[in-house]
Amino acid sequence: MTAGNMLLEAAAHAGYYALMTRSSGPQIRGGEAAAMLRIACEPVECMEDRFDVLAAVDWENVHRFNAEIPLGASSLILADPDQGEPPDIFVTSGATRAALPLKKLAKSVPEGRANMVLLGALAALLGLPDEAVARAVEKTLGKRPAALAPSLAAVAAGRAAAAAIETRFPLAEPPPTRRARWLLTGNEAAGYGAITGGVRFVAAYPITPATELLEWMAPALAQVGGTLLQAEDELASVNMAIGGSYGGVPSLTATSGPGLSLMVEALGLAVTAEIPIVVVDVMRVGPSTGIPTKSEQGDLNIAVHGLHGDAPHLVLACNSVADCLGTTQWAVQLAEALQSPAIVLSDQFLGQARAVVDRPPDIAGDGGRTTAAAGTPGYQRYAITANGVSPMAIPGTPGLAYTADGLEHAERGTPSSQAADHFAQLDKRRRKLEAHDFGARWADIEGDAASDRAIITFGSCTGPVREGLARAAAYGVAARLVSLRLLAPLPVTQLIAALEGVTRVLVIEQNHSAQLYKYLRAECDLPGRVTSVHRPGALQFSPGEIHRHLVEWSRT
Amino acid sequence: MNEADSGTIAPAVLRGPNDYKSDIKPVWCPGCGDFGVVNALAKAMAKMTLEPKDVAVVSGIGCSSRIPAYMASYGFHGIHGRALAAGTGLKVARPDLTVIVTGGDGDGYSIGGNHFLHACRRNVDMTYIVMDNRVYGMTKGQPSPTTEPDWDSKLSPDGTGLREFQPLVIALTSGANFIARGFTGDPNGLAELIEQAVRHPGFSFIEVLSPCVTFRPEQKEWKKLVKPDAFKPTPDMPRAARRMLRDTGFDLGVLYAGERPAFAPRGPRALRAPAELEARFTL
Repeated sequence: MTAGNMLLEAAAHAGYYALMTRSSGPQIRGGEAAAMLRIACEPVECMEDRFDVLAAVDWENVHRFNAEIPLGASSLILADPDQGEPPDIFVTSGATRAALPLKKLAKSVPEGRANMVLLGALAALLGLPDEAVARAVEKTLGKRPAALAPSLAAVAAGRAAAAAIETRFPLAEPPPTRRARWLLTGNEAAGYGAITGGVRFVAAYPITPATELLEWMAPALAQVGGTLLQAEDELASVNMAIGGSYGGVPSLTATSGPGLSLMVEALGLAVTAEIPIVVVDVMRVGPSTGIPTKSEQGDLNIAVHGLHGDAPHLVLACNSVADCLGTTQWAVQLAEALQSPAIVLSDQFLGQARAVVDRPPDIAGDGGRTTAAAGTPGYQRYAITANGVSPMAIPGTPGLAYTADGLEHAERGTPSSQAADHFAQLDKRRRKLEAHDFGARWADIEGDAASDRAIITFGSCTGPVREGLARAAAYGVAARLVSLRLLAPLPVTQLIAALEGVTRVLVIEQNHSAQLYKYLRAECDLPGRVTSVHRPGALQFSPGEIHRHLVEWSRT
Repeated sequence: MNEADSGTIAPAVLRGPNDYKSDIKPVWCPGCGDFGVVNALAKAMAKMTLEPKDVAVVSGIGCSSRIPAYMASYGFHGIHGRALAAGTGLKVARPDLTVIVTGGDGDGYSIGGNHFLHACRRNVDMTYIVMDNRVYGMTKGQPSPTTEPDWDSKLSPDGTGLREFQPLVIALTSGANFIARGFTGDPNGLAELIEQAVRHPGFSFIEVLSPCVTFRPEQKEWKKLVKPDAFKPTPDMPRAARRMLRDTGFDLGVLYAGERPAFAPRGPRALRAPAELEARFTL
């Protein structure tokens, strides 16, 4: 994993874009692990169909990663002959094999390690410059200078030994003019987006794969004057965040499916009491404990429909590592402006993938929460207004004291079991979402606008769909691509307008029950013939898999 | 006076207890002990000359959890069992506010039991008032964690057979910094306990014996059983623990007044522009 991170950073320093995901066994710490990298001259948002090189320090428990490491006849298996034969599944791919005595080479260098030898060999095969690799090694080992010289010597040994390998994968020249680039994970991007959106209070309960988002925020929030509090469970974390936001401080928590399940009752309170709050759900394979370390888009249903009663709220989805920033920031802004809970759907792939991306453009802030002025005459917290948003009294403001309540209430906030109050407040809470102008950010719309076909997708499927569609264009397949960022309230009017002239719609998502497809069909009249491509997680869609689906779809 | 107007009183005006109450009529049964807590809270707030705008009363669900709306301060009536979590978030995000969390024995010791443990342990500077009537009143009479094992009800026709939950012992061993027991039949004594609790740094817990005259009419006898000032405050935890061994359940007063500092965010804090965080990602 260390060598994988160093290779990623070396590629970044050399001017490339890159994406790295990781996979490890069930052990808590140590043991077998695999780092998957893709390096390119342009930003990449998913892995390729096949890897060019499989470089193995050893083969211990490698069967756990088989499915995640597809190889082909043009691939290269680089391994230590002293570690035995590669498993059949790799050999039968027809890949070329190259032997490199990693452990022996490591021993030839005092304190040398096999993974650094491997890093040097890979850098040589890819043609990565020495200084980029050295910089990556120095950055990682900067705090352990004693380890630096042996590591660099081991890298040099690997590089030298790789000279004998004929199969090489030289990278093209990196783009000559470099744009401002960042190296980060989706979880870090979401954490930063929360802060740029204005979040200053976070309640945290650890859960894979959302923990790193919270861990990133802990020191970062302190730097901007905010506070992170570890809660005793998710029931507490969501209620703490609601309490903080009731106090006027934009608040957030992050979790995954099991935690979101525990939070939905409190989200209903936030709907009724009209308290802004953001919950980032870094989705993992469910239901129940499922596969905590793998990605799936199975929480769409609970995010949209999980609350009891009629409880309109916001659901957004990030569609790339970099977009975790913008979408989380937007979610905070929308939650604040609309005094509503917002669920942000990220997932394990986006959250834990580490990528070199172009610096995302700054997104303008907005007016934030509408608050009531001190001493407003006849102040009513839940006053019926034209746009449904009522100015919120922040504790400490004179003359506005009220009780925020999960009980249905009259405009003043006093509990009411009157049907008329219930209707009026239900309408108001729905109206404030439906009447809002969400602008152009509700979706990323791209592809061939003249085509009479359209693909609708969301979240981490967007990367492979985008690439699969570009590839299919060479086979005469053309389509519009709509990647939904705003899932609830579903912008039906905008979606129908974006599908103007379309006669075939394909909905692509990563879950077992076509949750997006069913949701779209329930909410709006999609034009023409609508078909669904859906399959569950553990594995991400590959561009090739999407390409095949698109070619097949184009024949219908 | 109506609730919405309550905070507009100029600060120079000396407020009486009634200025801390809203105009909303409580849903409680006549004779309910919880009226005494409203009175004691209002008295304590007046005595401390707190600004209603700077006080937030936070609750969950149950008869006693209706209190926030009956006070003239800011209120938060959330969901069942989570009052302490909401109150904790509010106080940590807004340390300038006086946060008072209120609720009943079912809300606090049963569904909210885990939060009770961790609120004691976390020691955030707020006050938790539990009105204990040893019954679920709002749902019309089911046994709560503090109900006697032989109390019959529709849901437990032969009694629960379960030992009662010991809130003071739990609070003491979990780390609450101030622990007291009060009685609604003695609003002046209760007001004094509330004042001490609010003034004491860290997490203050007051168990208030608050009779339910509807579902537990026998609790009308509590006024004969209570022993005012039976507890003498001590900062010595073992001593307070020994004192609990002789507790009748009706001993009133301050059991423990600890010296732990209240929760405060740890580690270096600096006020920087959010954009400076970009340096962590920039290549």
